[in-house]
Amino acid sequence: MSSAGEAMSAAREIRTAVIVNGVRHDLTVPVSELLIDCLRDRLGLLGVKKSCDVQVCGACTVLLDGRPVSACTLPAFETRGKELRTIEGLADGDMLHPVQEAFVEHGALQCGFCTPGMILATVALLEENPSPTEDEVKHYMRGNICRCTGYKRILEAILAAGRRLAGAPR
Amino acid sequence: MLRPFELYEPSSVAEASELLARHGDAARLYAGGTELLLAMKEGLIHYDYLVNVKTIPGLTGVRFDADGTLRIGAATPHRAVERDPRVRERFPVIARAERDVANVRVREVGTLGGNLCFAEPHSDPGTLLQIFDAAARIERKGGTREIPVGALFVGPFETCLGPDEILTEVAIPPLPARGAAAYRKFGFLERPSVGVAVAVVLDDGHVADVRIAVGCIGPVPRRMPDAEAVLRGRAIEETHAVLSEAGRLAARAADAVSDLHGSADYKQHLVGVLLRRGFEEALTALAVRERP
Repeated sequence: MSSAGEAMSAAREIRTAVIVNGVRHDLTVPVSELLIDCLRDRLGLLGVKKSCDVQVCGACTVLLDGRPVSACTLPAFETRGKELRTIEGLADGDMLHPVQEAFVEHGALQCGFCTPGMILATVALLEENPSPTEDEVKHYMRGNICRCTGYKRILEAILAAGRRLAGAPR
Repeated sequence: MLRPFELYEPSSVAEASELLARHGDAARLYAGGTELLLAMKEGLIHYDYLVNVKTIPGLTGVRFDADGTLRIGAATPHRAVERDPRVRERFPVIARAERDVANVRVREVGTLGGNLCFAEPHSDPGTLLQIFDAAARIERKGGTREIPVGALFVGPFETCLGPDEILTEVAIPPLPARGAAAYRKFGFLERPSVGVAVAVVLDDGHVADVRIAVGCIGPVPRRMPDAEAVLRGRAIEETHAVLSEAGRLAARAADAVSDLHGSADYKQHLVGVLLRRGFEEALTALAVRERP
C-alpha cells in the first residue's frame, strides 16, 4: 500500500498469468484489451464468438473459475491468477464432454454460432446445480440466445445432460 | 474495442478518493464494468483513467449486524447477494430480485454498488432498496456520510456523489416482525419498463405501515408518499377497494416518460397493476407466515 503523498502510478499493461484450458499462459495485456480479442487474436481460440457485443446474447460465454462471463465486455487482465475454460477445452481428445454429446444427440443446434456459449453456460449450470428443474434451466439460460432452434431441443439436451451427469459415477 | 486507458488499482478507499480528486473528470471508478465498459465501447464516454475498486479490501461481501441489518459491500456482485443463504432466508425479496437482474453473466460480474452509482433508470435495486429504508454509506478521504438510498439519485445516470466520493456499502434494516415485501416488474426488452416495490406491515388487522417505490418509468426511482397515505391505517379488508386509487397516485407521481420501453400512459397503467399484485403478494406472504 502506498503511503499518503506517494503518488500511485497507473498501469497501461498488466502481466497476467492465467490457466486456459489447463495450460498456463503468461501474458502482458494492455488494460483496455478485451478478453474476447485476447482469446481470439492472441491465443487463436475461435470458439468464442462475438455477436451482440453488449452481454445480452451469450455467444461469447467463457468460464472464469467455473463462472460464466461475457468475454466481449471483460478486460483480459481480469483473468489474472484464474482459470479459464473455453469450448476448445471441454472434449478429452476425441471424447466429447457429456454436455456436447447431449447437444449432438438431441440435435440442439443448427447454425452453431450460439452453441459454444450454450454448452459452456450449461456446464456452469450443472456444476452449480446438478439436477436443475426445467424452470431453473430456463431461468439460468435466459441470457443465451439462439435464433435457429426455438430452444426446445436445447432444453431437452440440457435436461438430458443433467440426468446423465447426475447418474454417472464420479 | 476499447479506446486505450490506464488503470489504477488502489488498496484503500482513501487512496481511490485521492485519485478521483487528482484526475477529476478524466477518471472513473471501475467495478464490474457491465455498464461502464458498454458505454465506453460504444464511444459514448471516455476516461483516461479507470480506478479499480475491486482491489480495495472490505468493499466486497455480505454481513449482518446483531439487529439483523444486512450490510452489502458496494463491490459485491449481484450473484453473491442472490446466492447467499442468509440473504435468501432473511431478505427473500432482495435475493429474488437480484436473481432477476439481467442475465447470469452480468450478475456474476456486475456489482450492487456499480448498479446504484451508474443510476441507469431502467434498473431494479434502486427501487427495491427504498422500501427497506436502506442507507448508502459514502466515503471520501477524510470523511464519511450516510444518506437514504433514494437520495443517491439526482437524474438519469446522475447521482449526488461528489467528485471524490465513493459508495462503499448499503445498509438494509430488516422489516418489522409483521412485515413483508414484494417486488414486481414488467418489461419486454432486456431491461424492465416498470418496477414496483411494496412493503406492508400489519398490526391487529390493520396496515400499520406501507412503503411503495416505483422505478424505471421516470428519471429516478422514488418513494410514493401519497399512494402510501391512501393505504396506511386501513383495515386489511378495505385495502382492496383503495388499491386502484393508490396506483393512480403512484403512477401520476412517477414522472412517466414515453420511450422504447413503452408510452407514458402504458407505464402508468402498469404501475397500478404491479402495485396491486405486489401488495397482495405481501399480504399473502404475511397470511401464510401467520397461519396457525
